[in-house]
Amino acid sequence: MKDGETGDDNKELNPTPLLDELEGGSWPSFITGLKRLRDNADAQYSPMVNDLLGQLNHSYENRLGYWKGGTVSVRGYGGGVIPRFSEVADKFPESKEFHTLRVMPPAGYHYTTDILRQMCDIWERHGSGLIAFHGQSGDIMFQGCTTENTQKAFDELNEIGFDLGGAGPALRTAMSCVGHARCEQSCFDEVRAHRSIINSLLDEMHRPSLPYKFKFKFSGCANDCVNAIHRADFAVIGTWRDDIKIDQEKVKEHIAEKGRKYTIDTVVSMCPTRAISLNDDDTLEIDNKSCVRCMHCINVMTKALSPGDDRGISIMIGGKRSLKIGDLMGIMVVPFMKLETDEDFEKLEEFSENVVEFFADNALEHERVGETIDRIGLPAFLEALDIDVDPNMVNHPRTSSYVRTDDFDEEAEKWFERQAAETAAE
Amino acid sequence: MKDEASTKPRMPDEVGVPDPFQYMHPVMKSNYGNWDWHDRPRPGVLRHVSKSGDTIYTIRAGTQRQMDVFTIRKLCDIGDRFADGHIRFTTRSNIEYMVSEQGKVAPLIDELEREGFPVGGTGASVSMISHTQGWLHCDIPGTDASGVVKGLMDMLHDEFVQEKMPNRVRITTSCCQINCGGQGDIAVNVQYTKPPKINHDLVANVCERPAVVARCPVAAIRPAMVNGKPSLEVDEKKCVCCGACYPPCPPMQINGDDSTKIAVWVGGKHSNARSKPTFHKLAVANLPNNAPHWPEVKDVVRRIIEAYKDDAKHWERMGEWIDRIGWKRFFEMTDLAFTKHHLDTWTGARKTMNTSAHLHF
Repeated sequence: MKDGETGDDNKELNPTPLLDELEGGSWPSFITGLKRLRDNADAQYSPMVNDLLGQLNHSYENRLGYWKGGTVSVRGYGGGVIPRFSEVADKFPESKEFHTLRVMPPAGYHYTTDILRQMCDIWERHGSGLIAFHGQSGDIMFQGCTTENTQKAFDELNEIGFDLGGAGPALRTAMSCVGHARCEQSCFDEVRAHRSIINSLLDEMHRPSLPYKFKFKFSGCANDCVNAIHRADFAVIGTWRDDIKIDQEKVKEHIAEKGRKYTIDTVVSMCPTRAISLNDDDTLEIDNKSCVRCMHCINVMTKALSPGDDRGISIMIGGKRSLKIGDLMGIMVVPFMKLETDEDFEKLEEFSENVVEFFADNALEHERVGETIDRIGLPAFLEALDIDVDPNMVNHPRTSSYVRTDDFDEEAEKWFERQAAETAAE
Repeated sequence: MKDEASTKPRMPDEVGVPDPFQYMHPVMKSNYGNWDWHDRPRPGVLRHVSKSGDTIYTIRAGTQRQMDVFTIRKLCDIGDRFADGHIRFTTRSNIEYMVSEQGKVAPLIDELEREGFPVGGTGASVSMISHTQGWLHCDIPGTDASGVVKGLMDMLHDEFVQEKMPNRVRITTSCCQINCGGQGDIAVNVQYTKPPKINHDLVANVCERPAVVARCPVAAIRPAMVNGKPSLEVDEKKCVCCGACYPPCPPMQINGDDSTKIAVWVGGKHSNARSKPTFHKLAVANLPNNAPHWPEVKDVVRRIIEAYKDDAKHWERMGEWIDRIGWKRFFEMTDLAFTKHHLDTWTGARKTMNTSAHLHF
């Protein structure tokens, strides 16, 4: 396309005195990387990256950003491309269009070197040569593409098995931790949960029509390595219902190696519910009824302690970042759900579809589901989704008396019926 | 297929989230869901042992996140020559190589270090900073992201490659107050200090005015006629300078070369281990947006990290340490000022006040 123009009549390099300052130091430098792309003179992207560096240095000088959004998409999809048009294209024309393709990574971020090389080759042909693994959205970000090349880049990425992620008022790209693939603390099959939910709701991602964004994240345990509680509208967190598993011989080995005082200070004293005590014979005693599955003792004693066998998930709804009412964390809405059989996964899929449908039908424009819950109250949300109330949903019961309670007895009856049913089931 | 493609436009194959098993290390694949325990033989290395007896070593290294294809290919070369050709990335953009034999660990570390990729980010270290796009690609940034991160990680390199902090330290940066970087033990975030400057010539054509009015969290924006044109005006006494109006209405410029400042926040935590997850709290505001090195920001982050490293107990996260020692000592130990701006005035502010006689002297 532009080969003839850019190859011979090589434009002068934009001076980048401020960016040059970021090439020293011991951490890998993104500026050095950008310059490698700029200096690959035969490449189609070299002039684009030269002007990108020029614009970035201009930002560093003036301490202002110079990109604006717009509308760019690929055939069949309404989202997944983040359009960027330069406001200083008169000075830096080659990077006047610098769009990002958000591409969904494999669940758990696993790659072979072969597939990464294929991505690099595609992005050298059609893009800037700059790729981020990964953005805060969880996507692989192929950064820097002209409007014309966006479709070509997508087609080739799609041919090797990759699909665009979410952007705008839509289902967004999800994230899951390494989980079952490498971690003994994982309490459910993250890959299956992640893929089955997102892939069943793809229409909401590719053709944005929700009131605002909706994010799923999957963490295998309460360590929450993908930050689901803070960052996801729908957080799935692994947990277990039975007792923590203890290997008392390994407890003794741990104490022999680390010392009794250290074990008391870092395990016993740090239990948030005072559920652990150390016996005189250097074995551990755990009050499992008081344990809150926080993961701390298991994190410290990785060989001696592990999650129980009756594993499953908790679901928390409503986490989000600041805009506009302030940061919210998800609220515990489903304290426990088994997730082993096909039926369990179908139930989770159905529940997730119901929550997204509720969001689509009830949220105001530009309102996240956490804000919707704040606006209508948690009881109304639970009723809409046919979820029974549970004391695990609160830090403590209400402190305000301003509530109408004339149907309290009927509600109490429901509670006792559920309790009786649970006892009978056991 | 090809003939058809030339006549009919290609429609997407809606494959969704790719199946990771085709890319996963074979030892991880065959032991999926069957792991027994792990430990860390040295900083930057994890050893996971399966119930089947299989072992996998993970070697973690820092990257610049925004990578050129040459860097990615170099990382792939290292993976082919010194590991088993499989890699993964962590939530914080560290690269991980998996090898099934212990003998492959040391040569891989040597090669990564020789090529300039610091090996670390495990356990009680300062891991890579999770960050946003900034001036490089965002449409509303108040500062850069990769540049701030580069400077901070240069400074914190030693704490990345060793595990000498009381517990893990998670740092985040955000280039506007939407806080895409998320919560962190330390969060370095843009803080606007002036109401938006409105270009009244453009508002009517560029902005959907009712949507912008609705976006304001403090109802400070109202429609107005300015110089005979429909525009918007801001009640500057009410305005909290959050910048929420700027994305839907670019003529309401919230950034200024001097008015866009940096605030540092502390004590955010995602994990549920010990204490419940928390939000970060304001430590200091009004630091200058001083590219390309942000020395004032680096100085504050260094002081906070040093105080935490020096004083926190093993396994206490930043916020848990401050909960124990109290905010008074935190401000003393870091030599930062406690001001009226540290008193929350937002919804729920009362819950942040001390309504007890518990005091720290």
